[in-house]
Amino acid sequence: MFDELSSRFEDAVKGLRGEAKISENNINDALNQVKRALLDADVSLSVVKEFISDVKDKAIGEEVVRGVNPGQKFIEVVNKELINIMGNENSPLKENENSPTVILMAGLQGAGKTTATGKLGLYLKEKEKKVLLVAADIYRPAAVEQLQTLGSQYDLEVFSAKEKNSKPEEIAKEALNYANENDFNSIIIDTAGRLQIDDSMMSEMVRIKEVSNPDEVLLVVDSMIGQEAADLTKSFHEKVGISGAILTKLDGDSRGGAALSIRKISGKPIKFIGVGEKIEALQPFHPERMASRILGMGDVLTLVEKAQKEVELADAEAMQKKLQEATFDFNDFVKQMRLIKRMGSLGGLIKLIPGMNKIDEGMIKDGEDQLKKIESMISSMTLEEKQKPEVLAAQPSRRQRIAQGSGYEAKDVDKVLADFQRMRGFMKQMSNGGMPGMGGMPGMGGMPGMGGMPGMGGMPGMGGMSSNKPMKKQKNNKKKKGFADL
Amino acid sequence: MTNADSDNSREWAAQAYALLKKRQEEQKQELEKQEEQKQELEKQEEQKQELEKQEEQKQELEKQEEQKQSLNNSASSENIPEFANTLAEPELGEFDDNFTWSAMVLAAQGKKINQISLDEIDWLTKLRRGLEETRKGFVTELLDKLGDDPLTPESLDDLETLLIRADVGIDSTDKVISALRRKLNEEVVGGEAGIKFLKKELKFIIDKPITNSGTDILVPQKGKLNVWLLVGVNGVGKTTTLGKLAYLSSRSNYKTLIAAADTFRAAAVDQLKIWGERSNVDVISNQSKNADPAAVVFDAINSAKKRNVDLLLVDTAGRLQTKNNLMDELAKIKKIIDKKVPDAIIESLLVLDASQGQNGLKQAKSFAKSANLSGAIITKLDGTSRGGVSLAVSEEVNLPIRFIGAGEGIKDLRPFNSYEFVEALLADK
Repeated sequence: MFDELSSRFEDAVKGLRGEAKISENNINDALNQVKRALLDADVSLSVVKEFISDVKDKAIGEEVVRGVNPGQKFIEVVNKELINIMGNENSPLKENENSPTVILMAGLQGAGKTTATGKLGLYLKEKEKKVLLVAADIYRPAAVEQLQTLGSQYDLEVFSAKEKNSKPEEIAKEALNYANENDFNSIIIDTAGRLQIDDSMMSEMVRIKEVSNPDEVLLVVDSMIGQEAADLTKSFHEKVGISGAILTKLDGDSRGGAALSIRKISGKPIKFIGVGEKIEALQPFHPERMASRILGMGDVLTLVEKAQKEVELADAEAMQKKLQEATFDFNDFVKQMRLIKRMGSLGGLIKLIPGMNKIDEGMIKDGEDQLKKIESMISSMTLEEKQKPEVLAAQPSRRQRIAQGSGYEAKDVDKVLADFQRMRGFMKQMSNGGMPGMGGMPGMGGMPGMGGMPGMGGMPGMGGMSSNKPMKKQKNNKKKKGFADL
Repeated sequence: MTNADSDNSREWAAQAYALLKKRQEEQKQELEKQEEQKQELEKQEEQKQELEKQEEQKQELEKQEEQKQSLNNSASSENIPEFANTLAEPELGEFDDNFTWSAMVLAAQGKKINQISLDEIDWLTKLRRGLEETRKGFVTELLDKLGDDPLTPESLDDLETLLIRADVGIDSTDKVISALRRKLNEEVVGGEAGIKFLKKELKFIIDKPITNSGTDILVPQKGKLNVWLLVGVNGVGKTTTLGKLAYLSSRSNYKTLIAAADTFRAAAVDQLKIWGERSNVDVISNQSKNADPAAVVFDAINSAKKRNVDLLLVDTAGRLQTKNNLMDELAKIKKIIDKKVPDAIIESLLVLDASQGQNGLKQAKSFAKSANLSGAIITKLDGTSRGGVSLAVSEEVNLPIRFIGAGEGIKDLRPFNSYEFVEALLADK
């Protein structure tokens, strides 16, 4: 998500290469680049200025250790400072041990409060909480219906006004009573979007806060927001008082500079980020990961976490065995493919891999199209064919039937089969020989369940990705071997 | 502006205010004593005399305004008969800075005192709202500080800050500021002239795509089916904007129909139906869950043809421009329209949220590709955000801005006027 910003940083430090020491003279150009990059990322101007001056103070005079060039040193300073601003660690939600935990959602129109309310509800439900969603947006047409729809999707109870013309603070109060009577652990109050300069709406927010006495007041901010982020945060914090923020829509290509602004201005942490329309798409915010992303180091930790959440360990072991014995069949392939889908989009995953963040959206899409094609072919196979791909190699008439059934041509099927065989061989070698050629992807080794992911390495569907350099070499080597096997 | 000048403007505004107040009172009386038509006639004559008198005063003032108008070539939004604004008159507020500023903007557009309507004042006040808290008197302060001195490099930095904070973006800001800097190198530029120059540059950027498009103000063409497709990322206000457009269009006597092609977001169709009811426009939707948006559009076109509709407004689901499958869906909708009604006039309008930053430019670029954009609408200009990214959008994507929205009321959408927009961007009082 911060890939463009990263590339700007890279440009910025180019000017520093070959210098022995960071000084007033050689740093200005780099700093200016950093400033532009941050502004381009929609970090609020006041925050940018402060950031730049802090970095300058810290960087100047840094002795450069042998083997480390000033550019690297500079990046390190910038990285540290970024983490510094965004808070040093992920801050979890507060919990109220005696009575239900009350979470109040606030923000501008269109920030994604209602969606975030639903997702947060699901997040808490997964933590074994009994969650009540409260629809206190009485202004926007059909806002209550939207929350109710989300509630029924996620199987969460939604509390809404019993009478027409109830005020939001009344709804909040009734919801609180209801939650107390019915043993709910967590209450999330969705409120109407409001402008921070709308005094009457802001004082309504204050009233809602007073009656609900929340444990958390979360400011929901669209990651696409511009310079406004600073004023918005300041006003909401001064007038209502926030305890944290949720940054939404980070699955787009916004650079999310707001993350810096919010933290710097309010001093309050970003607690979650929203990265997609799928259910599991609310993630805890990890400042160090965000900073790594800014600096183009990828985000392996999130990838691991995602994988761990989806992959049953036992499954992973079974899969590992299959891979080693090269008995990995089409059923397993489909299983793996579904697993990737559960983890979110292929593009979202690939971007988490270091060095892959510059990959073209089109390539990812080609890969996804390819996967879809394969899935439809597999659907046209008999049970026997799925379990024993070998029979397909032996009988062209079967391949012909599959081609017709899936709506592709025989040569497409042949190609997929060839790729599949190739992948089998590759996987086998990979699991025996410890990932040849995968050195460019730190963190990929020893990851449970990741070895067999068709989305990685020799995945047949990812032909479109072969332009990625570290993988290209690998692929070419394998190609020869793979065809020989078949 | 010089003191004498601003005094005149203030006087002018005061007159406009008095006139409006008078007119409003008259309207009240009109309602109360409708049966007394005689009096009514007398009053009208009185009014005529009054107007003539004011005409004379006005002519004097006009001379002084001429220099102000020099940077206002084609900004007048006056000739928009098709989109006449009606509905209950807004309340006449206090005679305050908001009013004065609004009146001044109108005056600079060449409006006569008796042509000013409350709607316009109300609208401009909304556009200016929010400035108080964050950038109150930024430009004024700058000018005060300078006095009669010419612009300095430091004041250029201040102007740069102003533009960046309005989300104009670093590249576009650099461009206009360097233009000003070049001018400074050639001649001595006073504060007033410098800001005038800046406004001219900004206006030039934003007017260019409008001029290129050949249509100053976008209105449906009579006798043909006009299809306006509203696209954009999640949460920018597509549905709300569509509701306002439906109102504007049906009020202006276009037969209007809405297609609810946002089948994704929970309750989006309900929201649209409420808007439809408010402006008496039917909504075509598909009740089944996750219906194909293209199918909804298909149905809507059929009924539009049957009913001889002038304007079909299509609401689409919000989509981040990085989601290729959703962008493809948009292309599919577009294809269906092209196929079903080849002679329809299609406008693909990108809805941009004024509070968005530089991502707005990326949105414009991606949507331009998949939805073949023909224009943009900027929403939520009633907040503290200035929507400066639309400058980059105008410049780099050549998208004419067609409407601006400020506020949640059904009337809070107006045809775009670059003059008003730039004035609000750099509101100087």
